[in-house]
Amino acid sequence: MNAATTAPPAGSGLSETSLQREPAVTIFERGAPGRRAFQCPALDVPAVDPHELLPAHLRRSTPPALPEISEPEIVRHYVRLSKRNFDLDSGFYPLGSCTMKHNPRLHERVAALPGHARLHPLQDPARAQGALELMWNLERALSEISGLPHVSLQPSAGSHGELAGVLLTRAYHESRGETRHKVLTPDTSHGTNPATVTMAGFEVVALATNPDGGIDLDDLRTKADSDVACLMLTNPNTLGLFDPNIVEIAEIVHGVGATLYYDGANLNAIMGLSRPGDMGFDIVHFNLHKSFTQPHGGGGPGSGPIAVSERIAPYLPVPTVTRDEDGHFNLDHERSQSIGRLRGFQGNYGCFVRSYAYICSLGAEGLKDASETAVLNANYLLARLKNTTHPPVAEYLPLAYGKLCLHEFVLSGGPMKRELGLKTLDLAKRLLDHGFHPPTVYFPLLVDEALMVEPTETETRETLDAFADAIAAILSEAADDPEIARNAPYTTPVRRLDEVAAAKHPVIRQALS
Amino acid sequence: MLDAIGVGSVGEIFDRQIPAPVRLGRPLDLPAGLPEQDVYEHLRALAQRNVSAEDELCFLGAGMYDHYVPALVDMLMERSEFLTPYTPYQPEISQGGLQVMFEYQTAISELTALPVSNASVYEGPSAVASAGYMARLHNGRGRFVVSAGLHPHSIATLRTYAHGFGVEVIEVPLREGVTDIDAWAAAIDEDTSAAFFAQPNFYGAVEDAAALSAAAKTAAEKAPVVIAQVDPLTLGILAPPGDCGVDVAVGEGQSLGNRLDFGGPSFGFFAAREEFLRRMPGRIAGETRDVDGRRGFVLTLQTREQHIRRAKATSNICTSQALNALAGVVYLSWLGRQGIVELGELLLARTHYALQTLTELEGVEALHSSSSSSQPVVREFALRLDADVAAVRERCAEQSINPGADLYALTGREEDRGGLLVAITERRTRADIDRLADVLGAAVASERQSQAVGA
Repeated sequence: MNAATTAPPAGSGLSETSLQREPAVTIFERGAPGRRAFQCPALDVPAVDPHELLPAHLRRSTPPALPEISEPEIVRHYVRLSKRNFDLDSGFYPLGSCTMKHNPRLHERVAALPGHARLHPLQDPARAQGALELMWNLERALSEISGLPHVSLQPSAGSHGELAGVLLTRAYHESRGETRHKVLTPDTSHGTNPATVTMAGFEVVALATNPDGGIDLDDLRTKADSDVACLMLTNPNTLGLFDPNIVEIAEIVHGVGATLYYDGANLNAIMGLSRPGDMGFDIVHFNLHKSFTQPHGGGGPGSGPIAVSERIAPYLPVPTVTRDEDGHFNLDHERSQSIGRLRGFQGNYGCFVRSYAYICSLGAEGLKDASETAVLNANYLLARLKNTTHPPVAEYLPLAYGKLCLHEFVLSGGPMKRELGLKTLDLAKRLLDHGFHPPTVYFPLLVDEALMVEPTETETRETLDAFADAIAAILSEAADDPEIARNAPYTTPVRRLDEVAAAKHPVIRQALS
Repeated sequence: MLDAIGVGSVGEIFDRQIPAPVRLGRPLDLPAGLPEQDVYEHLRALAQRNVSAEDELCFLGAGMYDHYVPALVDMLMERSEFLTPYTPYQPEISQGGLQVMFEYQTAISELTALPVSNASVYEGPSAVASAGYMARLHNGRGRFVVSAGLHPHSIATLRTYAHGFGVEVIEVPLREGVTDIDAWAAAIDEDTSAAFFAQPNFYGAVEDAAALSAAAKTAAEKAPVVIAQVDPLTLGILAPPGDCGVDVAVGEGQSLGNRLDFGGPSFGFFAAREEFLRRMPGRIAGETRDVDGRRGFVLTLQTREQHIRRAKATSNICTSQALNALAGVVYLSWLGRQGIVELGELLLARTHYALQTLTELEGVEALHSSSSSSQPVVREFALRLDADVAAVRERCAEQSINPGADLYALTGREEDRGGLLVAITERRTRADIDRLADVLGAAVASERQSQAVGA
C-alpha cells in the first residue's frame, strides 16, 4: 500500500480489493449438518445407561448449536479471517500508551516447552521448582527495575494490578485504623485509574494539569488532605512527559499520610534510568504485555505484576513465592494481613515465561538501551515531523506540551481541523491506506483532537521516516482535497463502519436455529 | 538522528527532562544479557525442573484440567495476525479479531443459553467477582450469598473484591456434597444482591441448578441476581444455566482449548440475560455495516467502558484474553455440535468408572456419601482416604502418578480432611485409571500400615 497509488477520491469507482470482495462469513455459516473434526476416543469402560449417570432433569435436552465443520474448513476459515487483521509483525504500530515493541519468537518457543505449558497449577511446589524459581527471578528483576523491594506477580493485567494497588492502599489505611474516602488522579490519567478507584469503593478526585503538562501543584496542595488515600500517577505521564516535580509531589502526598501509586504503562521510557521507588512511589504495576513484550494477542492476555514498599508488603495478595535457606522455593498461602486473592492460582505464568526470557536476553544494559532507544526514536519522529516544512506539519499538528518527550508524544490535531477541515479521526483512517496502524487518538482527553504517538525502540529510522512522510503526504493531500481523507480508508477489508447503529441496535451474537 | 532532534547525545534528552535526584546513577543489578540460544537453554533447564502432565499420570483438576488441545489451536494462536495486534481500536484493519470475538460470543451464548456474552474477562475466579460487582451496580444491595460448592479461589477472590466495594459475603454449607438448598434459601434476604453457586461444584457434583435458582428467586420479596460459575466443557450434557433460571453465568475457560500453563493465561467467560447488557464488563463485538454496505464488526456499547466513562465505567477491565478466547472458539468448532455431547458422555462414563473402581479400594470412600453413586459427577469427584493425604500423594508421586488434589490444603475446611479431588479427562484412559487404582490402593495400604506401626 504505497502512498502514491492509494488516493482514490470518494466515489471514484476504484475497484474493490479482493479482501473487500470477500464477504464476511462466520464459522456458524460454514460447514454442513453431520460434518466434524473431532474424533472421540473410544469408550473403554463398561457402558452404563447415560440416564443412570445423569438424570434427565439435569441434562441438556438439545445439543448446543456449535458449528458442524471439518478441520480443513476450520483452518481455512480462521486463516482467512487472520488476513483481515493488521498486526505488529506486518507493520508499524505507533499506538501511544501501548508499547507495541517486537515480540521475539524465542518467547513463544520457550513458553511452549511442556515443562512450562503442561504444568498443572496445583503441582506440588517440590515438583514445580523450575516454575517457582522463574517466578522468583522475575520478581527480583522487577523489584530491581522498579526500586521497590516486594513483588506479587498475580494480577492478570494492568487494570487488575491497579485494583490490587488500590485495595492494598485500603488495607494499609485500615490497619492504621483509618478510613479514607478519596483517591486523586490527574485529568491526563488512563481511564482505568478512575474506573479502578470506583470499583475499589473510593471517590475519584481529578487533579488539574499545569501549562507544562505536569501536575498543578497548587491544585494538589488544595486537594491533598487527610481524607485522601492515594494519588495514582503515570510518570512519564500520558503526554510522554516526566513530571519534574515528582519529589515534591511525593512529599505532599506522603505528608497527608496517603500512598503514591505508579501506573507502569509508560515504564518503557525509564528502565535502568530512573526508578519509581526512588521517586517515592509505594506501589507500582507493570504491564508485562507492554514494557516486557508479551504479545498482545488482539486484546490479551496480559499480566500486571505489582511491586510495593516495605510498609505495603504485609498486605500483598496470596500466595507469594518464598525461598528458603537451602534455595528451595515454595508458595506461602498463610499471610494474616493479606488482601486475599485477586484470581485463581498464581497468575499468568505463560506471560511470566516470556517476559523473563526477555529480561534474560536483554540484561541490565539491554533494558537501559531499550529505553534509551525508545526515547531516541520518539524524539526523532517528533523532530522529523516538526522539521517538515512542506507542508508545515508542526503548524497543523503542534506538540501539545513541552519541547522534547520521553518514549511517546502527543500532538494536537486542533489546527489541522480548523485549517484543513481534517479531524484526527480522518488522519488516522487515511494512515490505514498508507499501511500504518494509526497512533492512539482522542486521548488524553485534555488535548484537542489528540494524537498520541509511541514508536518504541524496535523500529528503524527508515520506518520512522516513512511514517513522517505519510503524515506529510496526507496533510498535503488534504490541503488540495480534504474529502479524500474524510472518506478514507479505501484499501482496507472494510471501510468506515457504522458504530452508531451497532450501539443503537446491538447485534452481538448470531441468531442460530 | 541526534542532529534532527538538536541534542548532542541521548543522555541529554534525559538530562533535560528527568531531575538528577531521581536518576539511577548506576547500572541495574541484573545479569548481563544472553544470546538467544543461551536463553533457550536456561528456560529449558527450568522447564526440566518441573514435573508436568507430560511427565506423570496427572489426575489433578480443581479448576484447570489436562484436556487435549488439538494442533490446529496452536497453529492458529501462533499466527502473527492473531498473536501480535493490540485491542481492535481501528475496526477497518481488525475485522479478523472482531469477527472472532463475535463468533466467540455466539458460541458462549449457545453453550450457556444466555443471550448476552462479552468477548472474555481474565479468568474464572475474577469473573465470579466481576459478576458480583455487576450485581451490586444493578441493585445496590449489600450481601452476597455464596454456596460452599464454589471454587475456594472464587470465594476468596469475591471476598477480596467485595471488601473494596463494601458488600458482605455469606457462605452456605453443602449437604451430602451439594449446596444445602434450605440453608441457601434461608440465607437469602431482601438485602441480598446476588446468590452464587457452581455447576458442577468444586467437589465435582452436579447441582440441581434449576432448583437452586428457583429457591433463590422466591426466598425473599426481592430476588437476588443468580450467578452460576459453570464449567463450559460440561455444557454438552448438563442443562445450560440459561434454561435453569440463572441470570449470569461465568467461569474458567481453560478447559476449552487452552493449555495448563501453571495457571494461566486462559480466559474467563461472562454471559448474562439481556437486562444486564449495558452493565457488562469488558469488550463486546457487534455486527454492523460499512459505508459501502459490507458486513463488518466493531467494538460496541463502549460507553460502559473505562476509556470512555472513566469513574462511571461498569468495570476497570481493559486488556482481557482475546487470544485465549480465540483458542476457545477454535476448540469449540473443532469439537462441534455432536462432539461436545460425545465428549461429555465419555467423561461421564469414565468418571463413573473411576469413582466405582477407586471406592472399592480398602481405605478409600466417597467423601460425601456412603453410596458412591448418589450424586452425579461429570469429570471430577471427591474421595476420603483413611490415611494421611500428603503422604499418600507422595507415595504415588514416586510411581509417577499425581492422584489428585489435597482438598483440605485448598479449602481449609475441617470436613475436607482426608479429602482427595480426582479429575478424569479424555486423556486418562481406562488403563490409566486402573493404574491409578493399583498405585493409590497400595499407597493407602502402605500408609495405613506404617501409621499402625507408628501408633
